[in-house]
Amino acid sequence: MFRGLLYGACVLVLLLCAAMVYSLVSGSWQAFGQFGFFRFLFSAEWDPTVGKEEYGAWAFVTGTLYTSFLALVLCIPFSLPVALFTGEYFKKTRIAAVIGSIVDLLAGIPSIVYGLWGFYTLCPLMKSWGLSDQGFGVLTSSIVLAIMIIPYASSLSAEFISMVPNELKEGAYSLGATRLEVVRTVVFPVAGSGIFAGYVLALGRALGETMAVTMLIGNTIQIPRSLGDTGNTMASVIANQFGEASGLKLSSLIAIGLLLFIITAVINFLGKLIMKRQRGR
Amino acid sequence: MENIHDTKQDSHKHCVLEFKDVCISYTEGKWAVKNVNASIKEKSITAIMGPSGCGKSTLLRSVNRMHELYPEIRTTGRILLDGKDVLQMNAMEVRRKAGMVFQRPNPFPTMSIYENVLAGYKLNGIRVSRAERDEIVQKSLQDVGLWDEVKDSLMKRGSFLSGGQQQRLCIARAVALRPRILLMDEPTSALDPIATRKIEDMLLELKKDFTILIVTHNMSQAARISDDSMFMYLGELVEFSDTQTIFTNPRDKRTEEYLSGQFG
Amino acid sequence: METNTSVKKSRWIKDRVFFAGVCVFSGLTAIPLVLIIWEVLKKGYRQLNWSFFTEEAPNSLEAMLAVNAGDLIPGGVANGLVGSLLMVLMAVVIAVPVGILAGIRLSEHPESRFSGVVRSVAELLQGTPSIVIGLIIYGWVVKPLGSYSGFAGGIALAMLMLPLIIRSTEETLKMLPASLKEAGLALGASYSTVILRVLLPSAFGGLFTGILLAVSRVLGETAPLMLTALGASAIEWNIFEPMSALPLQIWEFYNDPNLAGLIWSTSLFLLLLILALNLLAKRIARKWKV
Repeated sequence: MFRGLLYGACVLVLLLCAAMVYSLVSGSWQAFGQFGFFRFLFSAEWDPTVGKEEYGAWAFVTGTLYTSFLALVLCIPFSLPVALFTGEYFKKTRIAAVIGSIVDLLAGIPSIVYGLWGFYTLCPLMKSWGLSDQGFGVLTSSIVLAIMIIPYASSLSAEFISMVPNELKEGAYSLGATRLEVVRTVVFPVAGSGIFAGYVLALGRALGETMAVTMLIGNTIQIPRSLGDTGNTMASVIANQFGEASGLKLSSLIAIGLLLFIITAVINFLGKLIMKRQRGR
Repeated sequence: MENIHDTKQDSHKHCVLEFKDVCISYTEGKWAVKNVNASIKEKSITAIMGPSGCGKSTLLRSVNRMHELYPEIRTTGRILLDGKDVLQMNAMEVRRKAGMVFQRPNPFPTMSIYENVLAGYKLNGIRVSRAERDEIVQKSLQDVGLWDEVKDSLMKRGSFLSGGQQQRLCIARAVALRPRILLMDEPTSALDPIATRKIEDMLLELKKDFTILIVTHNMSQAARISDDSMFMYLGELVEFSDTQTIFTNPRDKRTEEYLSGQFG
Repeated sequence: METNTSVKKSRWIKDRVFFAGVCVFSGLTAIPLVLIIWEVLKKGYRQLNWSFFTEEAPNSLEAMLAVNAGDLIPGGVANGLVGSLLMVLMAVVIAVPVGILAGIRLSEHPESRFSGVVRSVAELLQGTPSIVIGLIIYGWVVKPLGSYSGFAGGIALAMLMLPLIIRSTEETLKMLPASLKEAGLALGASYSTVILRVLLPSAFGGLFTGILLAVSRVLGETAPLMLTALGASAIEWNIFEPMSALPLQIWEFYNDPNLAGLIWSTSLFLLLLILALNLLAKRIARKWKV
C-alpha cells in the first residue's frame, strides 16, 4: 500500500513530464504544419499582419545563443577565480564561506530585480561609455546574465576542484612546483571536465532566463549584428508577445517554447553526462 | 566458574532457536552460509565466531529476516523459533519476538531516552497504560544497568549519551519488548574497552531472563561471556559445542588454527 | 647559476600574481551584489511603511498626483503579498507531498532502473526554463478553465518546486545511516511505520530546509506567473480569479512610469523575504543536523 504510494508519486512525475512534452508538441503543431519545421526554425520573419501572417524563430534563436554564449564568456574571469578561491586556495576556511554565501546571495536575487538594476544602472552606464546607442542590447543583457550565472558556474567548479585528491597535488609540490603550477598541471587537468560541465549547466541556465533579458535586450525582431545591437531571445519573445497572442501566433510562440525546451534539455543533458562521468571516475 | 557446565542439566534446557539445513546466498550459486544445523539453548549466551566474511552476521540476520530488505538474498532451510518456522511466519511478528542490537549504537535521534525504550511499542502501535509504560522503561533500563545513570534525564535525546550508554539504551530498546531471543551483531565493536566490559557484565546478568545469540570476532569476549560457541569458516559451521571445550580442546583443525591466531 | 635563480624568481612572481588575481577577481564578484542591494535599499526604504503592507496598489492617477506634490506614493502591495502567499501555499501543498514520496522512493531504490529514469526526468523538469512551464500550465489550466487564475499560478510554481523537493528529499535521506531503518524494522515495525515515524522525523531538518529553499526560489519567479496568474489590482482571495504576486507587481510598476517609485520598495521587500527564508533554512539545517 505504502510502497504503491511511493511508486505512484514517481509515476506521476513521469506522467507530468510526458504530458508537458505532449502539450508543447500538440500546441506547436499548427505552426509547424503551416510553415514546416525547418522553415519555421530558420526563418527570421515575424509578421503578425492578418492575412499574411509569417512566423519564424531564427531571430530569437540567434539572439538567445548570442546573449547566452557571450554571458558564459563574460562570467569565466569571475567564476573561475571564485571557484579556485573557495575550492583550492582557501578551501574550508571562514573567508571561503563568506565568499560562498555572497555568491549564494547572487543566486537568490530574482531575475526581475536584476532586470531593474540593469535598466536603471547599467543601461545609462553603457550609454555614457558609448558601448550602446540606447543602453539596451545584446551586450547589456549578457553582462547581467553573466552576473546571474556566476553562482552556478562557480559552485559546481569549486565542488570538482575541491575533490582533486591531495596526494596528486602533494606529488607535484614535492617536485618543487609552485601553487600556480600545481593548479595548472594537476588541478585543472583532473577537475577539467567537471569544471566544463559546470559551465555547460550554467549555459543551460542562461538560455532560459526570461525577465532580466526581456527588460534589457530591447525586444526588436532582428538578428543582432553587433554587441550594441538590440534583439530578442526565445524566452523574452514569449513573455512579450504572449498577452496578445492567439491562433497561429500562439502556436508559433508555443513552438518557440518547444525549441527552447529542446535546446535547454540537450545542454543540461550534456552537462549532467560529463559531470556523472567525472564523478564516477 | 561460570564456564563449568553441568552437561546433564544443559540437555534438559529447552531449545529456543534451531537452525535446520540453513543455506543463504547473495548471488545465484554462491553460498554465504552453507547447511548450518544448530540449536540454541534457553537462557544462555551463544557466541558465533569466525574471520570476517565467514557468514556469521548473515546467519544472525536470517533469524529476524533482516535479509528481506535486500531482495537478491535467498534463504533456504528452516529456522525454528520456539518450534515455529520463522520463514513461514509474519516478518513483523518474528522481529518482535527476536530483538536485535547492531554494531554501532543507533538510538532514534528524534526520540527521547524514554521514547527510545518504548519505541518497539510505539512503532507497533501497541497501547500500554501510563503506569505500565513507566514500569517497562524502568525495568528495561535497570536490566541494562542504565537506570541510575539516566533516570533524571529520561526526556532528553538519546544522542547526548556516551557511546557505551547509547548501546545499552539500544539493548534496553530491544529488551523492552521481552523478546524470546536477543540477536547481537558485534555489539561492542564500536566501543572502548571499559564500555565493552560494562556491557559484557550486563549480558551475564541479562542471561538470567533472556536467550542471547551474539556475533563477535573478539575471541576473548566469546571466552569470557558465552556458554556455547560456534565457529564458522567460509559459510560453514565448522564446530559448535560448549565454550570450554571449543577453547581447550577443539575437534577441528581450522578451529584450532583460528583460535591460535593463525588467520582471521 | 644566475639564470637559474632568475627563473626561480619569475616562477615565484607568476605564482604570486596569479594568487593576487584570484583574490581580486573573487572580491570583484561581490560588487554587483553590493550595488544591487545598495540601489534597492537607497531607493526603496522610504516607502516601506505600514500602508505598504496593508493597502492595495494605487492607481496611476493617484500616484502621479502624490509624486507631483512631493509625497510618498499612497497604497502598497497587499494584493501582491496575498497573491504570493496563496500561490506559494498552493504550490507547497501540491509539490511537497508528491516530491517527498518520490524522493523516498528514489533513496530507497537508488540503483534501480526505474529510479534512474525518474531521476533523469526530475532533472529535465528542473532544467526546463520557467517561462516554458508557464506556457504549459497556460495550456493545462488557463485555457480549459477559460480564465487566468491564481490556481494556475500555484500549479506553475508547484511544477517548479517539484524537482527541487524530490532532490532535497533524496539527498537528505541518503545521509541517514542505514542502521536507523534496520533498527526500526528489527523492532517489528512495518515498512511504512519505519519510514513515516523514524526516517522522516530524523530527516526533518533537511526536508524543511529543502522546502524553505524551494519556496525562496519560486517566490521571485515572474515569467511563469505572467502566463498563468496574470495579476490583479485588488486583493483576490478567490483562487479561480486572476491574482497578483509581488514579482508581478514589480513588473506592473515598471511598466507604469507613475508607479515607478514603488518598484524599489517592492523589490526591497521581496529581497528581504528571500534573504530571511535563506537564513532560516541555514539555521535549521545547522540545528537539526543528524
